[in-house]
Amino acid sequence: MDLLKVDNLCGGYGKETVIRDVSFKIEEGGFLGIIGPNGSGKSTLLRLMSRVLIPQTGKIILEDTDIARMHLKDFCKKVAFVPQDTMINFSFNVWEIALLGRIPHLRRMQWEGRRDFSIAQNSLSLTDTLHLKDKPIDEVSAGERQRVIIAKALTQEPILMLLDEPTSHLDIGHQIQVLNLLKRLNRQNNLTIVVVLHDLNLASEYCQRIILLNAGKIFKEGEPQEVLTYQNIETVYKTVVVVNKNPISFKPYVVLVSGER
Amino acid sequence: MKISLKISLLLIILIVAILLAITKGSVDIPLAELLLKENWQVLYLRILRILVAIIAGSGLAVSGIALQAILRNPLAEPYLLGTSSGAGLGAVIAIILGISSIYLPLAAFLGAILSIILVYQLAKQGSRIPVQSLILSGVIVSIALSGIMVFLISVSPNEALHGIMWWLWGSLQFYDPKLLLLVGMVVALGTFAIFIFSQDLNAISIGDEEAIHLGINTETIKKILFFITSLITAGIVSICGVIGFVGLIIPHLTRLIVGPNHKTLIPASCVCAAAFMVICDIFSRTLFTPLEIPIGIITAFLGAPVFIILLKIKQAVK
Repeated sequence: MDLLKVDNLCGGYGKETVIRDVSFKIEEGGFLGIIGPNGSGKSTLLRLMSRVLIPQTGKIILEDTDIARMHLKDFCKKVAFVPQDTMINFSFNVWEIALLGRIPHLRRMQWEGRRDFSIAQNSLSLTDTLHLKDKPIDEVSAGERQRVIIAKALTQEPILMLLDEPTSHLDIGHQIQVLNLLKRLNRQNNLTIVVVLHDLNLASEYCQRIILLNAGKIFKEGEPQEVLTYQNIETVYKTVVVVNKNPISFKPYVVLVSGER
Repeated sequence: MKISLKISLLLIILIVAILLAITKGSVDIPLAELLLKENWQVLYLRILRILVAIIAGSGLAVSGIALQAILRNPLAEPYLLGTSSGAGLGAVIAIILGISSIYLPLAAFLGAILSIILVYQLAKQGSRIPVQSLILSGVIVSIALSGIMVFLISVSPNEALHGIMWWLWGSLQFYDPKLLLLVGMVVALGTFAIFIFSQDLNAISIGDEEAIHLGINTETIKKILFFITSLITAGIVSICGVIGFVGLIIPHLTRLIVGPNHKTLIPASCVCAAAFMVICDIFSRTLFTPLEIPIGIITAFLGAPVFIILLKIKQAVK
């Protein structure tokens, strides 16, 4: 069953149009990667999908409902968002950050109850951050912080999680840790995932399907081996690459070729 | 220590401060004697003054908290949006025009509101109010209005203008119970309204877009809160003048004590600010009796070291 359907979507900032006539579907339990060069509209697409931006034309349908017609809080009970990096000025502790995820489920002035606490606790343990519970968020490492932010998103009890380059500030160890976590949530909890990734090889390893964006349009959509061909990558990124197979996962593996020799 | 215990401790400090403030003054009168009929007038005046201190303190502190959260800037304070210079200019113009001093608070209030509208209009881009341009236009309008005010003071021969000093450094000397009741209501309702939004403030303090992702209509909430804080500060500035530092430092001080969660931060900082102002007022009345030192000077003298000590203790604990 299709969980989300994007229909002839156009959108951008003010009068400027960044996303031009984009249509695609995500099925329930899917793991979709969005890749593309800088300025191709990856983040804009995600912002349209998370209702930060309003579409200029076209629709986004979540489970048969146009998301523009949903109450914002009801929408946020179903869709959670994880940004690239979260700047937090005040030193909330990890527990308080995780509990923020309950806001869509609470009325104003309604205090969190036992059920909310147990959901937050569960998300922290799913993301292996329960031991950090009492630590101020500004004192944990970047990788731990990103996992706490994912825990906050999980506390919303979403059916769809959108992530905008969640690993771009992390070293390879932490990148793998975060993406393994997403994979596990996808498989065990049947959480549908849409993730913007910069790293083509990470996208290839983890995503079931990939959308390659170019200048606000879908250049190619499909499984990693269909999208990540050297022809596609060279046309869109204007860079010479060699595409091999990862010897262990048999997924495509993109090797850069430097111009100077 | 549990948060409820911390708040109770702050409450005890407030009560002790109030009792001290009632008995201390240009003449010290023990509590038992104050209750005698011949001293009722003194008791009444002192209680009125304590009320002014509590209203001004908690209103400024809670406005500061709201602005620091929405602007995501630790240096934000209630006067950032031009309220203080607007109120000052309003008062100076009223004095120069020879308007009766009963209307001074009204003139100041109008000045404050007009300057906030000006700042808001300058910062507005379409239907959005970007945080950075709001801060910038606040600073620019403040500088421009203070410039006009100082210019008017320096070219005006009017003796009455010497009285404007208290305005610029604040005073709790205010003896109009009806107007005080009015401002008190505005501050109480405004503070409670901000408290209702404490969950939204928690979300907004981690980012505008992050708050949207939690189902919060960030732009609308920001506008509502700007309006409420403007009303609170304009009300306070029209009866007490500019009391600096409280709205900046009490939020930080209380955050160090009870943490950044607005559900506890807002009530705790009300108590903290009230106690702080009552204590400052005791110093302002008794340090150089019969002279009274402007309250804004005391808040700066006392606030800075208290804050630095607490910050150092907190760093040492880490």
